[in-house]
Amino acid sequence: MNSLIPLFVIIPLGCAFLMAMLGRFIKNINKFITPIFMLSLVYLTLYFMLSSEGTLIYKVGGFEPVNGIPIAIYMVMDGLTKLILLVISLVGFLAIFYSLSYTKQYTSERKFYVLFSLMIAGMNGIVISGDIFNIFVFLEIAALSSYTLVAFGVEKHQLEASFKYQVLGGMASLIILFSIALIYWNTGTLNIADISRQLTLNCSSPEGTSVFLKFISVLLIAGFGLKAAIFPFHTWLPDAHSSAPSPISAMLSGVLIKAVGIYVIIRLFFNMFPLSYELSMTITVLGTISMIIGGLLAIGQWDIKRMLAYSSISQMGYIVLGLGIGMLVLATGGNKAVAALSITGGLFHLLNHSIFKGLLFLSAGAVEYRTGTRDMRKMGGLSEVLPITSRTSLVGSLAISGIPPFNGFFSKLIIIIAAIQAQYYVLAFLAVLVSVITIAYFMKLQKYTFYNNDASKWKKKKIKEVPFSMAFSMIIMALLCIILSLLVIPDVREIFLKPAVDILINAADYSTNILGI
Amino acid sequence: MIIYILCFILFLVGLYGVVSKRNLIKIIIGIAIMEYSINLFLIMIGYIEGGTAPIITKGFEHAKFVDPLPQAMILTSIVIGLATTALLLAVAIRLYQKYGTFDINKIKDLKG
Repeated sequence: MNSLIPLFVIIPLGCAFLMAMLGRFIKNINKFITPIFMLSLVYLTLYFMLSSEGTLIYKVGGFEPVNGIPIAIYMVMDGLTKLILLVISLVGFLAIFYSLSYTKQYTSERKFYVLFSLMIAGMNGIVISGDIFNIFVFLEIAALSSYTLVAFGVEKHQLEASFKYQVLGGMASLIILFSIALIYWNTGTLNIADISRQLTLNCSSPEGTSVFLKFISVLLIAGFGLKAAIFPFHTWLPDAHSSAPSPISAMLSGVLIKAVGIYVIIRLFFNMFPLSYELSMTITVLGTISMIIGGLLAIGQWDIKRMLAYSSISQMGYIVLGLGIGMLVLATGGNKAVAALSITGGLFHLLNHSIFKGLLFLSAGAVEYRTGTRDMRKMGGLSEVLPITSRTSLVGSLAISGIPPFNGFFSKLIIIIAAIQAQYYVLAFLAVLVSVITIAYFMKLQKYTFYNNDASKWKKKKIKEVPFSMAFSMIIMALLCIILSLLVIPDVREIFLKPAVDILINAADYSTNILGI
Repeated sequence: MIIYILCFILFLVGLYGVVSKRNLIKIIIGIAIMEYSINLFLIMIGYIEGGTAPIITKGFEHAKFVDPLPQAMILTSIVIGLATTALLLAVAIRLYQKYGTFDINKIKDLKG
């Protein structure tokens, strides 16, 4: 079982290599093979999720620890890893299936699939790596392929957005590399579990160490916050996510900012650093501000994908808020059950957001594919000519704004209840307020895009419903929006969310589990 | 100590280039300079005064060795930096073809 772990990197990397080589000789081979590879990743993740217990470790090269000091590169598979892997592979499969028809408009379709597989390989690598420098290497793989994919259409706007994204992303990578160097300087190791042990051993040492730690933490928040588009670092996101091809927007907004940003932040700040009140407060406040700012900026947008991109900032704020309240409760030594509830809410919202934001971007892409515009003022009345897209987009909008039978309602409810139980009443009130703002701008999106106008203009242009592969992905995602609300039932939550929450609640167990001391 | 300060000044030179220059190529050069300064910093934290290359030979089993791990990390990060810079330059050239200028003040269609 342990030896299966590297497959999560090998499968997509091998797929990228095969596509780059074979695609040159055999026409359209990408379209058959890439979805099969992605489906095998979904299967592998579910297999790990349902069958194995506890933490699995794979040591690259088989080097055993010397005197209790790990020398091999560790790949770690635990509850949190499995949850994020599920998100990556599920959204990845649906997005690649959607692109089968969507990429027909591009001249070099083959390279699209190569880059897509590379991006999946990078994200999977980040998630299963238990070594901080490897996280950086895989992060660069994922980032480089996403820069290229944003500019894939080589139109004016895409190039400009890609350049902006590259400059800011490059600076983020440098900040991250700098903080890795500082961590190595301080502890003499790169393994996350070993760093955690060294830091707890040094905790009793003089003030200098803790100031040093705070400096590293701030650098890491800046670096990964830039990748996750948390409030002061969010400026690249609306440009990059709205200019990219739609399946890539769904991947970037649904998965990449979570796997590259949020996942690494929670992994490092729960499992590596000792929890501290100031840092938890910083993270919570940044999350709250990005929740509000994203929501307010989204209202005024007329570009459909740009509105969705701002909405991503806002929803990421919810995720950070849920996790931040959990950190605060743990750091102040409060009730562990409240912290568990709050973190459950945050992770549940992460899972939900990847599905419904993916769905909304795919629907927006379908509208753009058929009408050729992203401006909502030029749309209207599309519900008659695009019935499937209209229905799935409606499901996504209801789910994201928190209407009861859909998944978004339950995750937001859990976060708000946890905030009230932890006695952060202001945060609970702000979360409700932003939820109302969310309803407002999604009503605007629905009204101006699909209703509000008669369909004669579109019927004259003979606009038809989107092709099968696009409709299929959107319908599956819409169904998932309803099915995922089953996770609110405790027995189901036990299988999917509880292992991930346990890893974060019992933060100190992470290093003992891995080092075996 | 002075060498760390010089390294930090190199970083600031790069940051100045990224933040204040208006030319795409100069921004890319700024990013490259920042990258070199961080690589330099990494190599310095592995260096020990009077250390030798970490190869164990007869008679030198207990000699003072420099730390080899940062050197391995540098090689990886240099390769990554090459890819980043190449991609940045490629996009800058395409931008020049579309807009006819390298001036960032004239390349700002995306707003709001």
